[in-house]
Amino acid sequence: MKQQNRAALRSKLASYKNHPGSFLLRVLVTLSTIITVSVLMLLIAYILIKGIPSITLDQFSWTYNSENVSMMPAIVNTFTMTAMSLLLAVPIGVCAAVYLSEYAKRGNRLVPLVRITAETLSGIPSIIYGLFGYLFFNIKCQFGYSLLSGVFTLSIMILPLIMRTTEESLRAVPDSYREGSFGLGAGKLRTVFKIVLPSAIPGILTGIILAVGRIVGETAALIYTAGTVAGIPLTPLDSGRTLSVHMYALINEGFYVDQAYSTAVVLLLMVMGINAASAFVARKLTVR
Amino acid sequence: MQSLKEKSMQIVFLLAACISIVAVALICIFMFANGIPAIGKIGLFDFLLGTKWKPLNDVYGILPMIVGSIYVTAGAILIGVPIGILCAVFMARFCPKKLYRFLKPFIELLAGIPSIIYGFFGLVVIVPVMQNIFGTGGKGVLTASILLGIMILPTIIGVAESAIRAVPDSYYEGALALGATHERSVFTVLLTAARSGILAGVILGIGRAIGETMAVVMIAGNQPVIPESILSGVRTLTSNIVLEMGYATDLHREALIATAVVLFVFILIINLSFSQLKRRKSS
Repeated sequence: MKQQNRAALRSKLASYKNHPGSFLLRVLVTLSTIITVSVLMLLIAYILIKGIPSITLDQFSWTYNSENVSMMPAIVNTFTMTAMSLLLAVPIGVCAAVYLSEYAKRGNRLVPLVRITAETLSGIPSIIYGLFGYLFFNIKCQFGYSLLSGVFTLSIMILPLIMRTTEESLRAVPDSYREGSFGLGAGKLRTVFKIVLPSAIPGILTGIILAVGRIVGETAALIYTAGTVAGIPLTPLDSGRTLSVHMYALINEGFYVDQAYSTAVVLLLMVMGINAASAFVARKLTVR
Repeated sequence: MQSLKEKSMQIVFLLAACISIVAVALICIFMFANGIPAIGKIGLFDFLLGTKWKPLNDVYGILPMIVGSIYVTAGAILIGVPIGILCAVFMARFCPKKLYRFLKPFIELLAGIPSIIYGFFGLVVIVPVMQNIFGTGGKGVLTASILLGIMILPTIIGVAESAIRAVPDSYYEGALALGATHERSVFTVLLTAARSGILAGVILGIGRAIGETMAVVMIAGNQPVIPESILSGVRTLTSNIVLEMGYATDLHREALIATAVVLFVFILIINLSFSQLKRRKSS
């Protein structure tokens, strides 16, 4: 077996002697991949190695003051913000996807419009969402700097993501399921809720996890909507910052470099966890 | 009763589908309604082509920011596109299966890392390296281009890889049968057949680079002047907004919103060409 491999390798190398161009291409392709992978490794390793020693226990105390620069309130805010945004965006996104895939008939004039607008939404940069949220929710709706403004802004931002992943997984449900359900006398609504949606759950879950990742990493859309207050807000109409915004504020203030490192570690671990979860769900999906 | 429930739920689904239309309409209305009057007050030409941004003197010219955004995006494309496409080729056609299982989630992680972490990484790693090599402040066009080039890699790799995979195998086999090497078949036949998909990935990458805010604001230097060299500091449209929105009032604030309108128009053009390409590919 080994010998065979070696012989194959040798003949491959011999053929490269006649095709130096091909050899060059292969080297370039491999090199690019090595660059990509090593940049990511460098980033993760650098932040972990520099960041883990600067993590201290009082950075996780429940209240923030300029002494401990605690990130705990920011972590709590990240969770509430994520939960509230999902609560708002997931039902809307799933219902919209159900309409697109189950109810809209061929030649429906609304469908292309929905698709184009959803595509537009997913291309808009977060700073524009931030500015829009500030103009609309903070000023026009008079929420001020508040969790609620942040939640509404984020919900619009993740809506196209949830719509797309849900619609894709709804379309992947075989038509025979629907026909079977109709054949047994179930109505359209019942078929959707009892047959089609349950079989599409893993796909919907992947979309939700991706959306969580986007919310956790978001900064630009939140600075001018949810604001940068470092504590835990008592009502949804108070301002509070998520972990990413917390990190931005630390870097901006300039003399909390160690704390910025440790926040980066926590943020990075969160994102890696979210990615692992989405990979896990996706694998479940393909096994089925 | 039953049909009433069916009907009402259908209306609920329909309304949910309309939310994205409403959202886009609201965003357009609010951005344009708040930005256009400022452009009118400043004057379209003075605003778009003015080279001086001095809010204290009520002089608002955003040409330096437009040029800055274009420079930085072009730099990111120069760095990110070749590496991204080559990496996509490797993933689609060279990678052993065992390695792929490990490589694919890795690239996805690259896409999932928040921009604030990229910015921080740029600030503590790339900027000092630049300072050592060139003896300057380290923040500038080149630094921002390198970091943005890294950030758009996963976008380009993802789209380009699926475009290459979508080319029928018979194309590749035909090239092999004509005596081309594996590499030559991949690069001449597969890449040509997948070019519109790859271009779509590049456009998506441009959109991401031009809209990136938090990473750029930390490492670009942020001087509102047209950069003289690739080492001098630069301010993009996005960083202009995020830097000054916190304390701006009156016309200054409106000028910032107008900056966002210009960015928004850029993005709409990029989006439109992306969906146009996608439509042409599918037809």
